[in-house]
Amino acid sequence: MSRLRVAGISKNFGAIRALEGVSFEVEPGQVLGLMGDNGAGKSTLVKIVAGNYRPSSGDLFVDGAKVDYHKPIDAQREGVEVVYQDLALCDNLSAASNVFLGREPRKNFAGFKIIDYAQMRKRSAELFAQLKSETRPCDLVRKMSGGQRQAVAISRTLLANAKIVMMDEPTAAISVRQVSEVLDLIKRLRDQGLSIILISHRMPDVFAVADNIAVLRRGRLVANKPANQSSPEEVTGLITGAIQAA
Amino acid sequence: MMTAIEHAIDQSQHSNLLSRAMNFQAFWVLIAALLACLTLSLVTDTFATERNLFNVARNFAFVAVIAVGMTTVIASGGIDLSVGSTVVLTAMVISVMMYNGNPFWISAIAALSASLLVGFINGVLIAYVGMPPFVVTLGMLSAARSAAMVLSDNKMIWEFGPDHDLLLAIGGGSIFGVPNPLYVLLVLAIVMTVVFKWTRWGQHIFAVGGNEQAAVMTGIPVNRLKVSVYMFSAFTAGIAGILMAGWLGSVTTNLGQAMELTVIAAAVIGGANLAGGEGTPLGAVVGALLIEVIRNSLILLGISSFWQGMFIGCFIIIAVGFDRLRKLKSTD
Ligand SMILES: Nc1ncnc2c1ncn2[C@@H]1O[C@H](COP(=O)(O)OP(=O)(O)OP(=O)(O)O)[C@@H](O)[C@H]1O
Ligand SMILES: [Mg+2]
Repeated sequence: MSRLRVAGISKNFGAIRALEGVSFEVEPGQVLGLMGDNGAGKSTLVKIVAGNYRPSSGDLFVDGAKVDYHKPIDAQREGVEVVYQDLALCDNLSAASNVFLGREPRKNFAGFKIIDYAQMRKRSAELFAQLKSETRPCDLVRKMSGGQRQAVAISRTLLANAKIVMMDEPTAAISVRQVSEVLDLIKRLRDQGLSIILISHRMPDVFAVADNIAVLRRGRLVANKPANQSSPEEVTGLITGAIQAA
Repeated sequence: MMTAIEHAIDQSQHSNLLSRAMNFQAFWVLIAALLACLTLSLVTDTFATERNLFNVARNFAFVAVIAVGMTTVIASGGIDLSVGSTVVLTAMVISVMMYNGNPFWISAIAALSASLLVGFINGVLIAYVGMPPFVVTLGMLSAARSAAMVLSDNKMIWEFGPDHDLLLAIGGGSIFGVPNPLYVLLVLAIVMTVVFKWTRWGQHIFAVGGNEQAAVMTGIPVNRLKVSVYMFSAFTAGIAGILMAGWLGSVTTNLGQAMELTVIAAAVIGGANLAGGEGTPLGAVVGALLIEVIRNSLILLGISSFWQGMFIGCFIIIAVGFDRLRKLKSTD
């Protein structure tokens, strides 16, 4: 049974058809590379799966059960998490504080509930170790590399026991060395049985980690096939429309 | 596996984080204030007198109390220009009520409620209606002072009914030679230092100030948080208003005029970052102390007090300049 099934999803913004009858499935432990030109509808699709938008028509299934959510928190309860490149971290807080932001553990102290920093440090150190990341829990995010930031953001999803992680352009605007760091993070998540949807404009990154590659063109899914049966040339053709469908 | 040494490093980095809380700026400001005190006690024989020190301690406490509230607002990424007007409004509410024969406690509760209402209106307009804090609190600066004038018919009040002496004792008196407002400040500063670090409310304020969008996405109730922050700021202004009424023994409608500038200056000098996400109660206290010591020194040295604004203005700009410098260094 597939972890996520997207069945005939369409989305209209007024007269704009951002998505038209998009269907695909992702298995546990699988990485789907989602590609497409600017405005193809990738972010819209992510936002629908993450509960930010409701689809105009079509259905979503998580572990075979139909889901219908109204708010991002509903999606999070189903184990769907999104990792944003820069949006979701507070530079002025530590790595541990960011991992636990909004769900800080607390302990009793003289009748007051205070934040349990020791537990936050311990748990986030474990998560960083699990991701084999060199991130230290007490460092300020401001001082971190792009790869370390990504590790912090991904640790948030691990903490939430996510089943499906979507990453919108995680490798945009970071250095080459950090890109491989992020790709390693994605492989570790995959190895732990999570399903990952990776959105990227960078062909090499997608081919490095994706099991399947899906291509959106003007709101329609024009391809969805195993990465090893495709090629960067073919995908480029699909994105631009030089190749109609595959 | 984390070795003991790594753990120790981690720990020390964490306590660094704690003292980053009172980052370098507050430390240097304290040094500056102490140096100024030292110089003054050497060059004048009026500074280090018990009477003068008492006055300095009391005067700075009023500004510092509000600066703690202001730091909270600034840390959340906002600003509150209405604190000076909230001071006069609360002072007016308590004096009018006491003048009309109400006991101190009831009048004080009414006055603090008035200040909380001011903060609530500010907060709702900023958080839920989405108006810029600068504009909302600028409007409130005008509105709250006007309300105080209406309330008192713009008259001075110096008779506070049956609890007259109690009000004067609370605001102007002292315990063990330490002026009462200083105790209030001490409690407030300590409590807020703990709250900033150890409660979700405190941490979430810094999260909102650091990256509001991130805070929203992690499910922090950002709007409610913002309302509470403006209410807290107004509350500190209310406390100061009541204490000032007792200290002065009379209340006029120009009480607290332009006080917001001194308060913001104290917070910023103490390390609050106007862009949000940084600031400590201790910094606010130290910033207020430096301002008061300078004000006092101008008086003692016989320099025209008209220079005071020049000093405060320069200090704000220097403090923000320091902050820039640090940022530049840390991004290198
Ligand atoms: N909230 C919205 N209101 C109206 N139109 C929207 C909205 N969000 C997206 N669109 C439109 O939907 C289409 C798809 O946008 P989307 O952001 O999903 O593209 P994308 O594939 O993520 O592009 P990019 O690669 O630039 O990120 C675009 O034409 C866009 O203008
Ligand atoms: Mg997009």
